[in-house]
Amino acid sequence: MGFMTDRKRAVGMGSAKSGTMQHWRMMISSVALIGLVPQFIFTFGAILGQPYEDILAYYQRPIPAGIAVLTLLVGFYHFRSGVQTLIEDYVQGTPRKVLIIAMICLSYGAAAFGVLAVLRVAL
Amino acid sequence: MADVNRGNRPLSPHLTIYRPQLVSMTSIFVRLTGNALLVAALMIVWWFVALATGPDAFATADGFMRSWFGDLVLFLSTWAIWYHMFGGIRHLIWDSGRMLAVDKSEAAGVVMIIASVLMTIFTVIVL
Repeated sequence: MGFMTDRKRAVGMGSAKSGTMQHWRMMISSVALIGLVPQFIFTFGAILGQPYEDILAYYQRPIPAGIAVLTLLVGFYHFRSGVQTLIEDYVQGTPRKVLIIAMICLSYGAAAFGVLAVLRVAL
Repeated sequence: MADVNRGNRPLSPHLTIYRPQLVSMTSIFVRLTGNALLVAALMIVWWFVALATGPDAFATADGFMRSWFGDLVLFLSTWAIWYHMFGGIRHLIWDSGRMLAVDKSEAAGVVMIIASVLMTIFTVIVL
C-alpha cells in the first residue's frame, strides 16, 4: 500500500469511469475566460449606445473584434459544458437527451452566428 | 440483480432537509448565474448579427438592448458574470486543494459576494 500512488488508488473508482477530461477542459476555458470576459465587458460596454457608424468603425479594429470573437468562442464552449452538467444533474431519460442535444446546437449555433457577424464587420 | 431490494435501501438525505449554508448557497448561485447568462449572451449575438446585417436590423436590436428590459438584463448579467467569475476562481482554488477548510471557504464566499457587488458598481460607473 505504501508504494501506491494517489492516482493508482483513484483510477476506476468513480461511478462514471470518465469525466476527467470534461473537468480539465472546463478549467482551461474558465481560466481563459478570466482574461477574456473583463476585456469584453469594457470594450463592448464602451461602444454600446453609440451610433451605428461608430460601432461599425470600432469593430473594424482588430483588438475589439478579436476580443469579441474569442469571448464568443470560449464563452459558448464553456456554457455548452456547464449547461450539460446542469441537465445531467436534474433531468432524466429522453428529456435529458433532447435537452442536451438542443443546448449543444444552440450554443454552437449562437457562437457560429456571433463569430460570423463580428468577422463580417471586421473584414 | 438490478431489481433486488429496490425501495428498501437507505437513501442519502435529500438536499432540502439541510439548512442553507453560505458555502453551498454561494456555490449554487455560481451554477445559476452561469446558466442565466445565456439570455444576455443571446442578446449580444443578436446585436452583432444585426450590426453585420444593416442599419435597420441594428436599430431594432440596439433599441431592444437599450430598452428598460434590455438594460435590466444587462445590469443583472453584469453582476452575474462578475459573481460567476469570482465563484469560478474559488472553484479553481478548491480544485488545487487549497482553502478547503470551512472557515476559509466561508471567508471566500463573503469575498465573492462583496467583490461581485463592487465590480458591478465599478462597471456601471465606468461604462
